[in-house]
Amino acid sequence: MQRSIVNSYELRNDFPIFRKKINGKDLVYLDNASTTQKPYTVIESITDFYSNYNSNIHRAVYQLAEEATKMYEQSREKIANFINARPEEIIFTRNTTESINLIAHSWARLNLKKDDGVAITEIEHHSNIVPWQILSQEIGTRLEYVGIDENGFLDLEHMIELISSKKIKLVSLSHMSNVLGTIVPIERIIRIAHANGIPVIVDGAQSVPHMPVNVKNMDCDFLVFSAHKMLGPTGVGVLYAKKEYLDKMKPFLGGGDMIKEVFKFHTNYNEVPYKFEAGTPNIADVVGFGAAIEYLEKIGMENIRKHEIYLTDYALESMLSLKYVTIYGPRDPKDRGGVISFNIADIHPHDLATIMNDHGIAIRSGHHCAQVLMQRLDVPATSRASFYIYNTKEEIDKFVNAIKEAGRIFKI
Amino acid sequence: MSDDIYREIILDHYRNPRNKGKLENADVTVHDSNPLCGDEIDIHLKVDGGVISDVKFEGKGCAISQASASMLTELVMGKDLKIVKDLKKEEILENIGLTNLGPARIKCALLSLKVLKVGMVKYYSENDPQSAEQISSESSLY
Ligand SMILES: Cc1ncc(COP(=O)(O)O)c(C=O)c1O
Repeated sequence: MQRSIVNSYELRNDFPIFRKKINGKDLVYLDNASTTQKPYTVIESITDFYSNYNSNIHRAVYQLAEEATKMYEQSREKIANFINARPEEIIFTRNTTESINLIAHSWARLNLKKDDGVAITEIEHHSNIVPWQILSQEIGTRLEYVGIDENGFLDLEHMIELISSKKIKLVSLSHMSNVLGTIVPIERIIRIAHANGIPVIVDGAQSVPHMPVNVKNMDCDFLVFSAHKMLGPTGVGVLYAKKEYLDKMKPFLGGGDMIKEVFKFHTNYNEVPYKFEAGTPNIADVVGFGAAIEYLEKIGMENIRKHEIYLTDYALESMLSLKYVTIYGPRDPKDRGGVISFNIADIHPHDLATIMNDHGIAIRSGHHCAQVLMQRLDVPATSRASFYIYNTKEEIDKFVNAIKEAGRIFKI
Repeated sequence: MSDDIYREIILDHYRNPRNKGKLENADVTVHDSNPLCGDEIDIHLKVDGGVISDVKFEGKGCAISQASASMLTELVMGKDLKIVKDLKKEEILENIGLTNLGPARIKCALLSLKVLKVGMVKYYSENDPQSAEQISSESSLY
């Protein structure tokens, strides 16, 4: 087993929440696929903004507002740089969900027509399913699902078949599953889609926080992700889109900031990215997101990925040594992110989560906003442990011991 | 803590539920689920002369929701249907020996009671519309 370069034991001191006790125990936070904890630098940058720079952006000429605008736009630059995009290709939204809805509303609704196919996959989060169902109801597009095999890998042949069938006009898929951890061969899929003239939306909610993602290399047309899943605050999401798309897209919301000139009966819209950021944005949290990006870059995304492979490898090995544990998704940590969905004999995930809580361990139980995948796996729910930079080998030991404890309580 | 929750009796009712299954010729059947957990409960009632002559449940979910449904059917079997309106959540939690649950898990424990109460109201509105309104207004949801 390879070692990790990230010193998670030391890093933990950067996160105030780890001073908290749950049932008298140290908090073991293993719900990072849902949302992550925040380091001091992020929390302090938000306090600093409100204490020293608070004002509205893009509108006033006094010094305070100029400073605030600069901080907001610097965050945009950091994020652009982080995924190798240009700043004007970065739109701030509230979260991944809003970003996908923006694309559905401002691009797909206007560029697709009745009977055009939209291909998604069985691993999608509800946020990459429901907007396409709504679109189908509105304009008659047809939703197609690419399946998975028993190990949680995408049925690539089916994907290719669909893409080449000429019926599909848009592909939208997760880069990394939030349930199985499966990392999909995104570059290959995009290459084939582009060869057929089909744009691709990548849901990077799970991949961008955990591995290097480079939009130029990947060549995706759209990429969406959420700040809160990568050490940043809640309430900030990102939509990256190639400029050629943004230029042609219609506004999502109308109002202040997204306009150049407003007349009684018509408006000239602002240029991108501002055309898509109507109203006063979440300025302080965008600034906080910038601090999160700096923190991640200091550690290095390659190192983060290696650390998670190391933890996942160790966790899978320890869990598989217990006969009564069923694990979903790929076995090789190289094929998956640090997300492990599992079940233990006849213990319902909610009962397991209650037992884990006795030990200060936070895991998720339920359908993980992926009910289509649950139906495919034919389970009502799973338990899920998901890791990040601050998780340690020792925490995995505590987690595995708590699984054994659950086995004892349930007399398995 | 969990040792107090998952006692022998809860595990027994979870793994060997009483009165589980469909009820042919049921007078009412009611379904509900807990969207957070995905727990599901169906309750079938047969009522003769105002008395619950048979009750069965179907469902899937966590040990707490399923064991409490099983125990609830035992509690009301053969009783006057009207007593359902007076069942209090505290009584139910005491009956199943789970008085120390957190807010999220209490919903699991009380799902079957909620379904049973809806079933009672439904029975009266279909079979005895005059008393239905009064009974439904007297019956606190929990
Ligand atoms: C793969 C994936 N897509 C989308 C989302 C939605 O993210 P948000 O709730 O921040 O919009 C999530 C979050 O759980 C996710 O894991």
